[in-house]
Amino acid sequence: MSAPATTIDAPPEGRARSLWKRLRDGDEIAHTVTFLCAFAVIAVTALLVFELYRNSEPSRLKFGWSFLWTKTWDPVAGKFGALPFIYGTIVTSALAMIIAIPLGVGAAIFLAELAPPGISSALTFLIELLAAVPSVIIGFLGFFVLLPALLRAEPYIRSALGWTPLFSGPFYGVSFFTAGVVLSVMIVPFIISISREVILSVPSDQREAALALGATRWESTWDVVVPFARKGIVGSIFLALARSLGETMAVTMVIGNDPKISASLFAPGYSIAAVIANEFAEATGDLYQGALIELGLVLFALTIIINGAARILVVSTTRKGTSQ
Amino acid sequence: MIRKVSGAILALVLIAGVASAQTITAGGATFPYPMYSKWFDEYHKKVPSVSINYQSIGSGGGVQQVTAGTLDFGASDYALTDAQLKEFHDKRGFNVLAFPTVLGADVPAYNLPGVTAVLNFTPEALAGIFLGKITKWNDPAITGPNPGVNLPNENIVVVHRSDGSGTTFIWVDYLCKISPEWDKGPGRGASVNWPTGLGGKGNEAVAGLVHQTRFSLGYVELTYALQTKMAYGNVKNSAGVFMKADLASVTAASAAVKDMPDDFRVSITNPPGKGAYPIASFTWLLVPEKISDPAKKKAITDFLGWMLTDGQNVTEALSYAKLPASVVAKEKKAIAKIQ
Repeated sequence: MSAPATTIDAPPEGRARSLWKRLRDGDEIAHTVTFLCAFAVIAVTALLVFELYRNSEPSRLKFGWSFLWTKTWDPVAGKFGALPFIYGTIVTSALAMIIAIPLGVGAAIFLAELAPPGISSALTFLIELLAAVPSVIIGFLGFFVLLPALLRAEPYIRSALGWTPLFSGPFYGVSFFTAGVVLSVMIVPFIISISREVILSVPSDQREAALALGATRWESTWDVVVPFARKGIVGSIFLALARSLGETMAVTMVIGNDPKISASLFAPGYSIAAVIANEFAEATGDLYQGALIELGLVLFALTIIINGAARILVVSTTRKGTSQ
Repeated sequence: MIRKVSGAILALVLIAGVASAQTITAGGATFPYPMYSKWFDEYHKKVPSVSINYQSIGSGGGVQQVTAGTLDFGASDYALTDAQLKEFHDKRGFNVLAFPTVLGADVPAYNLPGVTAVLNFTPEALAGIFLGKITKWNDPAITGPNPGVNLPNENIVVVHRSDGSGTTFIWVDYLCKISPEWDKGPGRGASVNWPTGLGGKGNEAVAGLVHQTRFSLGYVELTYALQTKMAYGNVKNSAGVFMKADLASVTAASAAVKDMPDDFRVSITNPPGKGAYPIASFTWLLVPEKISDPAKKKAITDFLGWMLTDGQNVTEALSYAKLPASVVAKEKKAIAKIQ
């Protein structure tokens, strides 16, 4: 591009030259501005990690790596361990994903491919509204509506799944299970809304080609459109996962806030975000505050590790059969 | 022209505002916040030149910020420890004074389908339940003081606060005094390592969990129980009387304390006296001993004086137990220590 420009249109000299150059450098300006935007985001993240690392020093020095696998959380004795909280965070998020992924992707396929346009746009509007509901409201619904409903449904769940260790022991309503279900309600709109947009943006000649080859409508959707949109759908799932790992208010209302590790999903538990929200305001002393801040650091690391692992999994399984 | 005049008026208003208004920043405990905000509002109506801005950031934050000097005075649900007093003195070069304002108390609330009688709890029963040693409602420790009540053979579901709170501190402070095992085990603090039970964030979540969970037992702040008209049990005091918590029996608990220390740092759980409810505590304002700005000093000391006289008359409308006359008299003398 620049080579012909120099020959056809020789650059002016002196003052005029620098003005001309500056005008040509519009690209440079746009480049700089957008770079600064991107850099600001990274800088804020880096600062966050640095501050978490710095302020968790009393706890890091005292407990070292054993913080990660210690089960005791005793503010009075000054003994702090993160394991029950890490466990609770992973279990509730995993449960939420197990419920939300099939539900969300299924709904997105229906809304984008199969539903009549009127119904699709009306439902999409409602689903996006659900995504905007504040988490404390979802927490209230979980506590006052879902929790009594689960208590009533308990005998049926037990008779169907009670033989597994996952549904043993007493059930008080607040549990890993309740927290997982509440989280799935919170993240499903993200999966539906983004996946639907991605599926809608698949070029229609893809569908037409499949249909022309004799595929049924479902075959064209499932074998051609969904694989084409796979990357975007996976992206929506990552966003949902990040949200569920860090969710605070709704989880603390229904998880039971008991730092214990139990195999049963019916048992009460605790999550990292919930304990920070519960105890930070009244935490006195550098060690106690440091331990809570270190939990924040652990949550950050956990998010990166889980997201990274999921990404590797996706990359290793999507080599063939997709167009992107 | 109009612009000039209005500009001049604006400037005058601003100057007048700056000259007369005394804004005081305070913050800390959340439990007495409704009372404090009412007081500060009433006091501002009485003395329009003084406005007190209170942020309910929690007792921990109140102590920290007043120590750092970012608050003119703080508020806490716990008496400062010796270490905290020393830290304040090291940092600021003078002491911090504590002034009790109102009283808080905890009550045991339970959900027993079919039981309508008000239950009586002994200290041993409460300690046993919260230690996880007494697990059934028909344990002799519970049925003993409740003759004629048909208590079921069901597991007790313990409910406690999950957030750090003064309410928890009062409850475990009481358990520490009546049970050596609790004192050695979970101990005393705004949050502790609970041997058993479910956690709820705030009084409302504990009340909600108790309401929704059959055969549960939890503790809530008396003010909350009174305002929401919850049912709750009686607790046996050190004189052997099963007391119902109400504003009078809580005030009686603090009046029963012998040898009130000059700095008011005293735990009043399990006090002597027949009419005293045993699970109660002061909540304190933390005022620096030296206030360099004379106008600010006058505003704060005047407010403390008002709080101890007229202020005490409006506490019961908000379901807070007021201070006994003996403590008020002692505090009035202590105001003079502020220089």
